[in-house]
Amino acid sequence: MRSKKMNIFHGIDWVLVLLYLILIFIGWLNIYSTTFIEDDTALINLSTEYGKQLIWIGLSFPLIIFILLIDAKLYEKYASIIYVVSLFFLAGLFILGKNINGATSWYDFGGFSLQPSEFAKAATALAIAKLVSDKLFNLKKFNTQLQAFVILFLPAVLITLQPDPGSALVYTAFIFVLYREGLPVYYITVGFIAAFLFVITLYFGFLYTWLGSLLVFALILMYFIFYRKKAFKNGWIKIVGIYLVAALFIFSVDLVFNHVFEQRHRDRFNIVLGKTADTKNIGYNTNQAITTIASGGFTGKGFLDGERTQGDFVPENQTDYIFTIVGEEWGFLGSTIVIVIFTFFFLRIIQIAERQKSKFARVYGHSIAAIFFMHFTINIGMVIGLLPTIGIPLPFFSYGGSALWGFTVLLFIFIRLDANRSYEW
Amino acid sequence: MKRIGLLSFIIIITSFVFIVRLFFLQILSNEYNQNPFNNSAVKVTYDYPERGYIYDRNGILMVANQLSYDIMIIPREVKPLDTLEFCNLLKITKEDFLKKFERAKRYSTRIPSTFVAQVSKSDFAALQEKLYKFKGFYIQKRSLREYPIKSAPNVLGYISEVNEGMIAKNPYYQLGELIGTAGIEKTYEETLRGKKGIKFIQRDRFNKEIGSYKNGAYDTLPIPGHDITLTIDSKLQQYGEALMANKRGGIVAIEPSTGEILALISMPTYDPNLMVGRERSANFTKLYLDSVSRPLLDRGLQAQYPPGSPFKIISALTALQEGVITTTSTTTCHHGYRYGSGAGSIMRCHCGTGYPIDLNIAIYRSCNSYFANAYRKVIEKYKKPYDGMNVWNKHVESFGLGNYLNNDLSVGQKGNVPDGDYYNRVYPNGRWRSTATISNAIGQGEVLTTPIQLANMTATVANRGFYYTPHIAKHIDGVPLDKKFTIPNYTTIDKKHFEPVIEGLFAVVENPSGTAHWSRVPGIEICGKTGTAENPHGQDHSIFIAFAPKDNPKIAIAVFVENGYWGSRWAGPIATLMIEKYLTGKTDRPLVEERMFTGSIQDEYDKQLLKK
Ligand SMILES: [Zn+2]
Repeated sequence: MRSKKMNIFHGIDWVLVLLYLILIFIGWLNIYSTTFIEDDTALINLSTEYGKQLIWIGLSFPLIIFILLIDAKLYEKYASIIYVVSLFFLAGLFILGKNINGATSWYDFGGFSLQPSEFAKAATALAIAKLVSDKLFNLKKFNTQLQAFVILFLPAVLITLQPDPGSALVYTAFIFVLYREGLPVYYITVGFIAAFLFVITLYFGFLYTWLGSLLVFALILMYFIFYRKKAFKNGWIKIVGIYLVAALFIFSVDLVFNHVFEQRHRDRFNIVLGKTADTKNIGYNTNQAITTIASGGFTGKGFLDGERTQGDFVPENQTDYIFTIVGEEWGFLGSTIVIVIFTFFFLRIIQIAERQKSKFARVYGHSIAAIFFMHFTINIGMVIGLLPTIGIPLPFFSYGGSALWGFTVLLFIFIRLDANRSYEW
Repeated sequence: MKRIGLLSFIIIITSFVFIVRLFFLQILSNEYNQNPFNNSAVKVTYDYPERGYIYDRNGILMVANQLSYDIMIIPREVKPLDTLEFCNLLKITKEDFLKKFERAKRYSTRIPSTFVAQVSKSDFAALQEKLYKFKGFYIQKRSLREYPIKSAPNVLGYISEVNEGMIAKNPYYQLGELIGTAGIEKTYEETLRGKKGIKFIQRDRFNKEIGSYKNGAYDTLPIPGHDITLTIDSKLQQYGEALMANKRGGIVAIEPSTGEILALISMPTYDPNLMVGRERSANFTKLYLDSVSRPLLDRGLQAQYPPGSPFKIISALTALQEGVITTTSTTTCHHGYRYGSGAGSIMRCHCGTGYPIDLNIAIYRSCNSYFANAYRKVIEKYKKPYDGMNVWNKHVESFGLGNYLNNDLSVGQKGNVPDGDYYNRVYPNGRWRSTATISNAIGQGEVLTTPIQLANMTATVANRGFYYTPHIAKHIDGVPLDKKFTIPNYTTIDKKHFEPVIEGLFAVVENPSGTAHWSRVPGIEICGKTGTAENPHGQDHSIFIAFAPKDNPKIAIAVFVENGYWGSRWAGPIATLMIEKYLTGKTDRPLVEERMFTGSIQDEYDKQLLKK
């Protein structure tokens, strides 16, 4: 007890902190590489983006101290309140938000913008952890499942409406957490099917998807009628019911997309789905990104020597496309090292989560591992052309104060919870 | 255990897939090919072809080019400079300099963009001497438009710098380049523009140019723009603009046998040269903000007015076609037409006849009662007024009214020709009778037309039942004209019905008691119709439509003079003077001409402004 009061660094996991510092450092080097100005006489110019990022990094240290100073129990105690407050901030965007690049995702404080969705992730993780760690909570029961889904659904919907579907997509990460804590496996199955139907409906339209699903349903029905007569007799209501739900789902996706959404929402989805041929913007970016990464070769062209990075070939290469700089200037070797560091980082969080005595801390740990991993997968997957274009930041790399602080808060709340593991809760 | 390990398992698989993908991209594949656009050691320069010239139908040059010099910037290559000296050279302020620099940087640090456009020739000499001192800046030669004739700005349009939205839509353009944004420059942009050539220049490690990249294998030559010959007769156009001095309105003249637009006048007009040079944006703003006289509104194409009495031609033709009147059937007019028992149910008429009149007299005396009666018979021929309205609508729209003409002009308006559904919307209970729509008979009611639609209608009558879509390009060297301009569009009215109506129109001018007898031109057989369109905002509009000669017509014209009182006061003389000028090359009525040149309706416009 003595050291706990005296030293806020007692018990914290230095491996995780070190991985955090390494990622932030490498990330900043890459921002420096793309935004530095030749012939700038000042060593560090604070008006540039790399300079501003340095300020955000500097300011994240007092933020970390603040997080570590708070009693770990308070995070659990006030999880619900934090969650509700974050929902208010998300909802408030529709009134007070500032529109940047077509999405109302920002609060503007006179030249300084904050993106509440970056902080909502931590709040949601806390709320889920609190809910799941409740003694009466049982994920086998439908009622409790519903509670968990509502908690995830609210911020995801608010963020989708901004519209920022990429950031909302991150919330699907929680399915891993709930599964780990006992969610029946069919949710993952249903989730995948729903995601599949969603994309297919947007891509091919209601009519074709419906006809297609009707065909699949007819085949299944035939299979049961001819080969599983008994099962069919007992369960035909169930089979038809499932089909009707699926058809209703397809129909409502189409309805919401075409009649509730506005054109700007639709545009974003269509670009994600590759339905809008946008060679000048989105398609152009991805092509340029892949070419730039490919040009790096095995060892890369060296720090500040990536001619395509320096030549501004890839737009937004300090935010969503920052991994292209790693690819060009550090080559296959550097990119692999970055991926491996990230992998260690995720696995270390999971490892620590599993050693928690408190269920709250464990669930929270899994949540953030899943969130970080989701960002990593969507971002790098997009940049190297494996996934469709979805703009979300690469943790600790992408330029931007809100994202950096959001990820820092996410991580250090967990480090704080973990530091408390040997004490009574 | 299975549940605990799932996420870790997926993480490891994903990372593995990423590394394999990177291995393929960075080590095995050859996606980074030798495309010179991808190579920062290659400088891209553009070679702009000269924009096509524009001529009038008689070969008179209307739009030419002059040389101009733009100061270009490549932000990455800019070295610290003596800002004060640089600003003085370019005649810009320091704030301007910083703003322009930021803008260029935002566009691209690597790709050149225009820093200061259209430097004057005198500044250019000084700049050429000193620009070497300022790294990252260079001079780009460009050609600008020049207008030898200060006329027809609405037809010719103008070119201006592309904005970021246009660049996003069409990747051909780059910041600082020019694009046709109005008039003929807009509709025939690609024809006039040609295609710029691209040259790739190899540079060494010190940024020194060492020759063309790969011996010019990727270079392309510029393709020059095409010249365009317009259908406009610039002499007639200028003459019409002079006649319309100090008046507002629109004139459209068409050659009926081809649909070629001979004159397209919108007043007030302005000197097209205002849209060129460094003063362009200031001039444009001034014209744009003039919400009183609205010089940028093309009144010939965009202004929608009730057509007034000329529309009686359509009423006559539909009634003949529907068989509800004949050329000999008569109506007696007692100062108006009563269509209901209420006190207000009367349409006044000032034809002053009072005896039974036939179609011919009705046209040249412009009797409201006659045409109200004929119109009503058309609508009431059908069981429901709804069906009658639709039949009538079909006839009227076959004259090219109520819809876009779908031609090669950059702007237009649909006008309005109501149908049954239109009145069902106005009277949602569906209980309306033919009399509710009676004003349509005399071109007041709900009917709206633009001057070009009215001119086209006149050409259709002149052709006895068909029209060619009015168009502005007569000839483009090496490119055939769009087919849609050479196919006749037929009306729903039989040819035989046109002749008696045309006789009536001829009498309007020829008969001593015709409404436009005063505008008669000896030696030319003019068929015309006066019109006075009621205007709720002020003095009535003066309207005149005409074509000539009566047989084998060469010109059809519609003249609209805003707040010009009545048809024969301004529009009639202007129309007949233009016909005279076009057909004979001169005019023989100096007094009338003088009155038009000097006559002004400015006091009416001022009055209206005060009311507002
Ligand atoms: Zn009368």
